[in-house]
Amino acid sequence: MAPLQRILAIIIKELKQLGRDRLTFGMVIMIPLIQLLMFGYAINTDVRNIPIGVVNQSDSAVARILTETIKVTQVVDVVASYNTPDEAEKAIVRGEIRGALIFPNDLTKRIVQGEVLGQLVVDGSDTVISSALLQLRNFPLDEIIIEPNLSRKANKPTFEVALFFNPSRRSQVNIIPGLVGIILTMTMVLFTSAAIVREREQGNLELLITTPIRSIELMIGKILPYIIVGLIQVVIVLGLGYLVFDVGITGNLFDVFLVTLLFIAASLVLGLIISTIAKTQLQAMQMTIFVLLPSILLSGFMFPYEAMPKAAQYIAELLPATHFMRMIRAVVLKGADATSLVYDNLWLIGFTVIGLIIASIRFKKRLD
Amino acid sequence: MRINNRDNFAIYTQGLTKKFGSLTAVNQLNLSIETGSIYGFLGPNGCGKSTTIRMLCGLLTPTSGTAEVMGFAIPQQAEALKKQVGYMTQKFSLYGDLTVVENLKFMGQIFGLNHRYLKTRIDELISRYNLLAQKDQRVASMSGGQKQRLALAASVMHKPALLFLDEPTSAVDPENRRDFWEKLFDLSESGTTILVSTHYMDEAERCHQLAILERGAMKAEGTPEKLMQEIAAEVVEVKGSHLRQLKSQLLAFPEIKSVAQQGIRLRVLVDKNVSHPIEFIKTKITDEDLECNMAHPSLEDVFVTVTGNSISETANKGNA
Repeated sequence: MAPLQRILAIIIKELKQLGRDRLTFGMVIMIPLIQLLMFGYAINTDVRNIPIGVVNQSDSAVARILTETIKVTQVVDVVASYNTPDEAEKAIVRGEIRGALIFPNDLTKRIVQGEVLGQLVVDGSDTVISSALLQLRNFPLDEIIIEPNLSRKANKPTFEVALFFNPSRRSQVNIIPGLVGIILTMTMVLFTSAAIVREREQGNLELLITTPIRSIELMIGKILPYIIVGLIQVVIVLGLGYLVFDVGITGNLFDVFLVTLLFIAASLVLGLIISTIAKTQLQAMQMTIFVLLPSILLSGFMFPYEAMPKAAQYIAELLPATHFMRMIRAVVLKGADATSLVYDNLWLIGFTVIGLIIASIRFKKRLD
Repeated sequence: MRINNRDNFAIYTQGLTKKFGSLTAVNQLNLSIETGSIYGFLGPNGCGKSTTIRMLCGLLTPTSGTAEVMGFAIPQQAEALKKQVGYMTQKFSLYGDLTVVENLKFMGQIFGLNHRYLKTRIDELISRYNLLAQKDQRVASMSGGQKQRLALAASVMHKPALLFLDEPTSAVDPENRRDFWEKLFDLSESGTTILVSTHYMDEAERCHQLAILERGAMKAEGTPEKLMQEIAAEVVEVKGSHLRQLKSQLLAFPEIKSVAQQGIRLRVLVDKNVSHPIEFIKTKITDEDLECNMAHPSLEDVFVTVTGNSISETANKGNA
């Protein structure tokens, strides 16, 4: 019975310790609770309400009726209209819309002749999104064309599709730049959160806070080395992505650098904030996971952002990874200019600055 | 305490108190520590030594009371004070994965020493604290004594006017302890005020001034010599058989303050009001082969008389 007694002693001790580590205990409850609710609602592989734009060059009522009919399917949500196809393409590059319907000026004639009606420009980078949009290719026109004399030529689709950025529809094209975001979230947040907590656990911090060093100096000094670590990781992921998976970088390398730098800074600051809350490295690790899971599932990495309900989208907006996911895909896949992604840029800069201030305030040079 | 005298004091506190919840860790502490002296806190673990030191360097906020350290009001002006104090923590707190030189360089840079001066200062400290052979060794693999010398070197890097040492020799052997104190006397000689906490009697005896702390309160203060002279008890060494029984017999008398066995002897503290302590014992205990001698009081005896317990007993009570 001695072995059983010893095992029991360990079990009781573990349970007591677990119960007394309030943050860990909280995480035991919170991780499944919050994450289940969050993801149960948010994860939706049935894609709806994809934002698209319309370019109506025909100026005919038919185009408007057609647009309305397509809207009713709820697959797409027409959020903007543009004057030229060129403007619509630019909006796709910026990530504002995922596709555009282009109605040519001879639309009415095409209907009569049973020809292809117009063009559907699709952002092919996310294969889930593009598959959903491709359903519109053979959109039935029975509901609008009630004139029995007009019949569609059997082999003609409704729209001619132009698949941008990922014509072969390979999922790696979308996954690899996104993976940069996930890997950076994982390592950057964990590194910084553990870096300060480790000093506290090992007693170095007690000495450090008796010196004239300021909180903000310590915070900045802690962050900067890891920026280099982050950049090395980006080079590895994107380099291998190119060499092994043939995912090239369409955009400017400097833009890639700029965008990742912003994201690394934001992630490091997030880690710093965690380090001012966590007391042990284990707690820091758990809080990192708490951030990491939604960064994988809600940021648009696994499931299209557009397919998530509004509430989940708001949560996703809080995560630096969501903004980065948009920007890195825009730059790497669509060749976007980093400066054109104003909103996401500003958001990450704001997050970094405010986060740094919060961390410095929270980090007290005191023991009580 | 006259106000114009305060200039002579490196540390001056009035009613300094720290409570953690319902526990009073430091209770109404009045300190006046002269500039340039070595001042000791003697007491068992949990008596408030570390808490007091942490309050005096601004790491903990006092619950009540005032403190002035090097002329700075604490905790309000703690940041300004930090340039002038060195602090050697109870637990070794430099970086185990850096070498001796790297650690010293780091601390020097944190204190803003300029590059060229830092280099000569590090060489100076390495030779003064006998770390030449370990210069490029990673600290984690060094012995307790070497780590302690490094910690002292790091804490005096910026030539602080005031040095806090929190149980500096708890991890080293007696020989290293003696060497360490030689270094402290050198520092004191050059004008550094040193506040050191300890639970070792031999260490306490080396201080210029000593405060005996028990459960956050000061029980006695003075030079070690004065404390031993003014002890409120006579010390009698008793030799005999059946010492364990003898001890419990003696403790039954209220005049006997304490009895501690030391090998084949009992060290008995008898109240000062008893005019002939040896006679007193002999009349109380009817044992013909009892051999009694008067002895000089030690610091341990002082500690026992002011706190009513030996240092290890007090520690045990504190932990319970």
